[in-house]
Parts: sequence; C-alpha cells; structure tokens
Amino acid sequence: MDSPPEIQAVYEAHDLTKVYHMGEVSVHALRGVDIHLYEKELIVLLGHSGSGKSTLLNILGGLDIPSSGEVFYRGNRMSDFSESELTRYRREHVGFVFQFYNLIPSLTARENVALVTEIANDPMKPEDALALVDLDERMDHFPSQMSGGEQQRVAIARAIAKQPDVLLCDEPTGALDLETGIMVLEAIDNVNRELGTTTAVITHNSVISDMAHRVIRLRDGQIESIVENEEVKPADQLNW
Amino acid sequence: MRALERKMIRDLLHMKGQAVAIASVIACGLAVFVGAQSTLWSLKSARDAYYERNRFSHVFSSLKRAPNPVAERALEIPGVRRVDDRIVKGVTLDVPGLTEPATAKLISYPDRGEPTLNEIHLLVGRHADPLRTGEVVAEEAFATEHGFRPGDTVDAVMNGRLQTLTIVGICLSPEYITTIQGGSLWPDDRRFAIFWMPRRQMEAAFEMEGAFNDLALSIVPGANEAEVVRRVDRLLAPYGGLGAIGRDLHLSHRFVSDELKQLQTMSVIPPSIFLGVAAFLLNVALRRLLTLQREQIAALKAFGYSSREISVHYVSLVGLIIAAGSLVGCLLGTWMGRSMTEMYAEFYRFPTTLFHVDYRVLFAGCALTFSAGCIGVLAAVRSAVRIQPAEAMRPEPPPNYEPSLIERLGWHRILPQAPRMILRELTRRPAKAIMTTLGIAFACAILIVGNFGKDAVDFLIDFQFGLQERQDASISFYEAVPARAISSMRHIEGIEAIESFRAVPARIRFSQFSRQTSLQGLGPKRELFRLLNTDGEEVDLPPDGLVLSAALARILHLEVGDRVRIEVLEGERVVREAPVVGLVDDFAGTSAYMDIRALNRLLREPPVISGAWISIREGAEESVFRELKETPVVAGVTLQRIAVEGFMDSFAENLLRMRLFNVTFACVIAIGVVYNSARVALSERGRELATLRVIGFTRGEVSTILLGELAFLTALAIPAGFAIGYGLCRFISTALETELYRIPLVLNPPTFAFAALVVVGATILSSLLVRRGIDHLDMVAVLKSRE
Repeated sequence: MDSPPEIQAVYEAHDLTKVYHMGEVSVHALRGVDIHLYEKELIVLLGHSGSGKSTLLNILGGLDIPSSGEVFYRGNRMSDFSESELTRYRREHVGFVFQFYNLIPSLTARENVALVTEIANDPMKPEDALALVDLDERMDHFPSQMSGGEQQRVAIARAIAKQPDVLLCDEPTGALDLETGIMVLEAIDNVNRELGTTTAVITHNSVISDMAHRVIRLRDGQIESIVENEEVKPADQLNW
Repeated sequence: MRALERKMIRDLLHMKGQAVAIASVIACGLAVFVGAQSTLWSLKSARDAYYERNRFSHVFSSLKRAPNPVAERALEIPGVRRVDDRIVKGVTLDVPGLTEPATAKLISYPDRGEPTLNEIHLLVGRHADPLRTGEVVAEEAFATEHGFRPGDTVDAVMNGRLQTLTIVGICLSPEYITTIQGGSLWPDDRRFAIFWMPRRQMEAAFEMEGAFNDLALSIVPGANEAEVVRRVDRLLAPYGGLGAIGRDLHLSHRFVSDELKQLQTMSVIPPSIFLGVAAFLLNVALRRLLTLQREQIAALKAFGYSSREISVHYVSLVGLIIAAGSLVGCLLGTWMGRSMTEMYAEFYRFPTTLFHVDYRVLFAGCALTFSAGCIGVLAAVRSAVRIQPAEAMRPEPPPNYEPSLIERLGWHRILPQAPRMILRELTRRPAKAIMTTLGIAFACAILIVGNFGKDAVDFLIDFQFGLQERQDASISFYEAVPARAISSMRHIEGIEAIESFRAVPARIRFSQFSRQTSLQGLGPKRELFRLLNTDGEEVDLPPDGLVLSAALARILHLEVGDRVRIEVLEGERVVREAPVVGLVDDFAGTSAYMDIRALNRLLREPPVISGAWISIREGAEESVFRELKETPVVAGVTLQRIAVEGFMDSFAENLLRMRLFNVTFACVIAIGVVYNSARVALSERGRELATLRVIGFTRGEVSTILLGELAFLTALAIPAGFAIGYGLCRFISTALETELYRIPLVLNPPTFAFAALVVVGATILSSLLVRRGIDHLDMVAVLKSRE
C-alpha cells in the first residue's frame, strides 16, 4: 500500500493471525492481515460481527497477542515488549473506548477519569477531559446514574485525558441510539482534529465510514478492501 | 485519595456482609490463638520467674531419718549447687466445722533467715517465731477454703499428742502451686493443709534433734540430673531414703507442666482450624469477587495498570478485611487470655499478677493470619491478572453443562425441574461443591470439638467414681496394721461395707527403665474399688504377679510376661522380683496392683493392711467421721468423691467459660461459611436467577433453586462434619495425653445434635439473609447488560 512519504506509520502489521479456543471450539479470528496506520489519521474498521476487527484492534492496543505475525509500533516490534513494557505502552500511548464503556461502577465519572490521569505522564485534568465531552455538569455521578451515551462519553474522556498517541474505539456507538451515537462520534472526531490523535474506530455501521480518512473492510479475518475517502465528513454531517 | 483506593473502599462497602463474615471468622481464629498463647506464656513466665526467685529445687528425696552432716555430704555430689535439709511430717487435723479429719503436711523452716531452697512467699501475717510453740505459716489454699486469718487456731495430733497450732501467716510456695496429695488426682484444699513450722519446734515435736527426713537439692545448669538422683539415692539409702525424684515427677510441677503442655496443644489445634477456615473463606470470596470484576480488571489493564498494581489493589482489599479481623481478634484474644489466666489462677497459685500480653504473640498471630489470607488470595489474584485483557473482556465461554450421573442413570424422570437444576449445578462444578461442603463440615466439626472437653470430663467422672472407685471415703493408717484391725471398724455404726488394702511405695524397674509408684495390694472382693479397663470390663487379679497400669507398662517398655524388680521404699526396703501378669488400660495414673495376699507374701510380712475403703450409709457420715477421728490408728480420711465434686463445681464453671468461647466462635464460623457460600452462589448465578424471574418463576421457586443447593450441601456437610470432628477429637485426645491422664474419646449424642442444630440454624439464617437478595434481583438490569 502506498503512502505519502512525509507521513510516518504509527502501526505496521504483517501477516497477523489469531486463533481462539473457546471451550471446545477453535475460532480463527484473523487469517493473515497486513495493515499500516499513519500519524494523525482517522480510520474506520468496517465488518460484520466475527470479521476479526475487534481482535485486530485489541492486538494493536496491546490487549491481546497474535498467534503469529508481527506488529510494529513506531518501528518497535511489539512481540518483543515485556509484560511491563506492554503495560507502559498502554499506560502512555493508547486510549481505549469500548462498546460497553467498561467504567468502574464503584467510581464516579470524575474518579473514572482520574483512574487514568493518576498514572499517566502528562495528563489533562479529569475535569477538562470531561468538559471536552460536554459532561462537566455530571462529573460526580456514578455510572449507574448516567445514560448509555453519557457513560460512553465518560469513557472517551477517560481515554483522551492521558493525551494518548492513539485512540482505539471498539464499536463506540454500538450500544447507543442515533442521537447519542452522533454526540459520541463528534467527541471522537474533535479529538482527532484538535489533538491530532491517531484514531481507529471499529463499527459495523458503514455510515460512520464517511468520517474516516481511510476505511478498511474486514471479512472472515482477512482484509477485503482499503478505501481512501476523497471527502471526509464531520460527524454531525453523516447521512443516517 | 487515589481513584483506585476509592474503588477499593467502595468495593469493600458493597461486599460488607461477606467482609464482616470473613473478618469475624478471622477474629475468632486469632482470638483463640492469642488467648491460648498469651495464657500459655503468662503462666510459663510466671512459673519460671517464681521458681527462679524462690529457688525451687530440682531434686527431692524423702528419707526416714539422717543426721544433719549427711546433708553436707550431698553438697559434694558433682553438679549439686544448693542443699536444703528439712523435717517433713504428716499430721491429722481437727478443723473446726469439718466433721471428717483433715491431714496436714508440716514442713520445717529455718529458725533464722531464709531457707537455701523453696522459699515461701508470705502473703499476710508474719513468719512463725521459733521460740513460741505451735506457730505455723499456712499455705493459702487451705486457709482460704476455711477462711483462716492470722491468729486463728487449729488442733493437730502431732506424734500422738494433741497440740493447738496458731496460724500466724499465710503464704504460697513454689513446691505447691497446686496442692495435690500423693496418690490423688485432684487437689483437696478442704482436707489437705500445708504448714511451715520453725525447725526448732519441729525437732522438739517429732524428736528429730540434729536430724532431717527430707532433702531438696538444686543443681547447676547443665548438670546430669539422673546422675545426681542416683548419687542421692546411694547417699540416703542407709538412712531409709525413699528414692529421689527430679522435677518431672514432682506432683505440683508435673501437674502444672502437664497443664501447660495441654494448653500448648490447645493453642495450636483449634486456632489452626479456625485460621484454615478463614483462609478458605477468603479464597472463595475473593475468587468470586475477581470473577465478577473480570472486566474491570481487563479495563484497568487496558488503561495501563500493571498486574502488580492490580494485585496490590486486591490484596489491599483483602488486607483491610484481615486487618479489621486481626484487630478485633487481638482485642478479643487479650480479653479471653485474661479471663483464662484468671481461671488458671484459681487452680494454680502464683505470687504475682499473671497476665501480660506478649507482643510477639500478637505479632505472630497477625503474621499467621495475614499469610493464611494472602496465600489464598494471591493465587486467585495471579490467575485473574494473568489473562490477556482482551480475553478477559469477552464473556466467559458458556459453562459446560452435562446431564448429571443421576440423569444418565435415568432417575431424573422422578425429579422435578428445580432439583434437576441443582443437581446439574453440583455435577458441573464438583470442586466448588466439595469446597463449600468442606467449609460447612469444618464449622460443624469445630462445634463438636468445642463440646468434646465436657463430654470427656463427664465420662471420666462417671467412670472413675460411678464404676471404679465407689467408696465414700478411704481411710489410711499411720503404719501397716494387722488385717484383723478391720473387723473392729466393721462395727462402727453407719459403715455399710469395708474393703482393706495394702499400699507400699516402691520403685519398679525393668532393664534400664524405672518408675516410682504405689504398689497396691487389693483384696479378693473388689466392689468398692474395682480394677477396670477403659471399656468398663473388670480386670482379673491373678493370685500371683503384678497387674500394671498400661501407661506404666509403656513407661517401663515392658510386656505381659516380663519380670520386673520391685524396690520397696519403706521399712526393710526389700528388693524382690515378680512377673507382670496383666495390664489394666485405665484413664489415670501409673499404678501397680497385686493380690493382697500375694503382696504380703512377696514382702514376707504377716497379713497386714495400710488402709481401707468404706461405704457409709446415707446420713451417717458425720457420726462415722467422728468415730474415725477418735480411732488411734487412723491417720487420715480422704473423701475423694466429695473433693472431686467440689473441684468439679469450680472446674465446671470454668469449663463452661471455655466452652462458651469455643462454641461462640464455632457458631460464628458456621454462619460465616454458610452465609458466604450463599452470597457467592447468589452473585454467581444472579443473572440466571433473574432471568428465571423474568420468564415467570416466582420468588419462592427461584429461592428453591439457590437455597435448595445450599440445603443439599448442608445435609452432606453434617455427616462429613461429624466424621471430621470425631477425627479432630481423636487427635486432640492423643495430643492431650499425659502420664497422669488419658483423655477418653467420648462424644455424646447431644454434642452431635447440637453441632448439627447450629449448622442447620446457620443455614436457615443465611438463607433468610440471602433470600432478601433474591427478592431484590434487578430483572431489568439483567436484560440490558451484555451477555
């Protein structure tokens, strides 16, 4: 795949495979994936459920290890990372947003964000991060007192508060209605534009792909196509 | 406060029920440990300090009579440090308000200054004046029993003359931390006194000028005690030495040492069980917590928390529970230790206030608790943080259900839906079911152990005084009298039956082993004093040869058929040989028995007796005792049964206190285990149960599924708990065995019933608590959250 020479690859992955053993069943989640992610770009990983997109994202984020193949983060081979280097990598460079938010139920919004800023190098203040996602009013609420969209925005605040190099979002709108989904996507879009954070968004909703620089389609654990968008739409102008 | 710490505190509050249950179990375990250990150390250090300060001697020997210079010669024995020669005499007392005669041991005390050994500790009053006749210092137990104060008097028959003794002081002695008479198993403070009298007065009263009849020695550290004993025996043999003994055979010392040994056992076994159960509970509860927080752990890892930080987080969570439990345990244990030490102070008299908390005990206890808890927890944490975060965020694969064995056998058709679900759950995770059952079983077992002591003591008393020693009193004579003397006693109004016996102090030797004991000659008709095996069977006494207490046979390493050497320690001090023809497997003591005629023959003496056992018609006690008091040959009357009853009254009270501790703690454990199991089951299966509610199951039906499992496991656990409890009691009874006592393994049905009842009660109580949780199952949340 060609790329403009002045832009450096944040991630380079070669021939990734992943096999899960769930109970008595073996699942081939990835079957030889090659992929590059570049500085400051926003990509959308598109595919049906079971296409391997979450697995790919988890491997890039250091949450999972491939069965075979190699991933480089800024030229460093990730399989060479020790357990503590992997932890530091996640702590300093990666922000995650999950489909089911994964907030700690016993902590308030502010505390959920603080959980991350307390261990990061150069974090924003939790309050600032929550303001970025328009939640400064609900900072002291517990997850159980917030709507799904609010919870997901807390999760985004939590992910960006550490000012990560990359933001990895796994179906961030999957559990949300349209309106809140748009709010969440706007938040992600803002982070990409204003902070220049390299962002990967997983979705099975092809509408969302209009906001990406590039769209990568996966099917059965393989890359089906990679499309570069001529025109990148802001999140609020997506055609639903 | 950091966010992670906040999370810990909120998690803790969320699981407060379980946290309280676990902390309580830990507190109980630690309390038993701290209580027993600090009592042990308090008693040990009090005893050692007392021995040191009052120069308790190491070797003791009685003799008939030796001139004073012989004592000087004892000093020349290598290893001997100090020697104290004394006059010790037994006298009969006429105590105001006591119909039966009492006996007293009179011990001489230097006219001036302190004795070189076995110094007394004066509590009130003063030392006796050597220039005044009849002044004595009395041991506290007897004085307290009769309310004697300095200035009170008591009449004594000394060397055949009646003399009034004036108590001028009350004291304690390291030789009599407990006042047990030779041949007795219980202290009888009402009828047995110890008096100290100035040497000069003793010499005059017993015609012992320039002589002594008792020798105490102390030895230098590292000296060979056995060798000293041998040499003392050789030195005193010409003077009627009765055989020297070391501290190990000294009655008071041995009693206290045995007690400490038992306490040592009790400070290890029950706390181990309690702490083991606590560690088990921690493990189960934490594993469950970690499973529930699987996704949270994964998220923390995704944000860049290291496995170590996450482990520290969960270990701290547990640490807080343990710390709370430990704090309560230490306080409770200290209180318990104080209470137990006070109880011991009633039986063992030390001059100083006993109880002190040894901080090393507290530290050791806490360290033990923390390691027990952390071992359990670390394994659970390690396996939880080891999973890749992405994997942890996926729901666990659906549990692998299979038709249970019973279903495969085709019996399920008779089972309704709920039991079938319970059965499948149990067969799917048998390890979990076994662990829960084991936890409840241990709680049940602890309850049995808690009541074991009472059952055993009740049995011993019944056996000893209902079956074996059925006399009302035993009479001892000053010296052996012709057997026909008994016939005059037979006519005393009120005596229903009488059986005579011959008893001689003897040392029995077999190869290199020897032991000093009382050789008892018993008559052919043995109804008042019977020779019984532990199973209550009468043991035959052949016309010739010895029957030994099985404990004595073990000490001497001999078997039936072996020939032993009998060195008689009185009179002519004859040495004889005799075969061992039988053993009696008894509960207490190390006696040797013979047919009375065979014993007379062996000693080559005419038919003589040393005393008699009598049974008295009810209501005639007073007149019989009055008559006996006036019979010249009678040296003393022992009412062992009455003594034991008195002893048991106070003992029972204390036993009750101990039981209260044990049983309360066992109840806490039982509830803790059952409640925790139920809570865990509820949180594990909350989704499933809520789903059942959604599809139309009633609360009652859902409760049946969850609590039915608990009921089933409890039903399994009770018999298992009986078996474990029985095993533990067997272990304890072996561990508590001393030379003086063997603790019978007796467990009465009420003990089992009580244990079962408490466990069932705990199950019902826990069920009610958990039932509330079932009533509040959030059906909507279940449907919304991800599968």
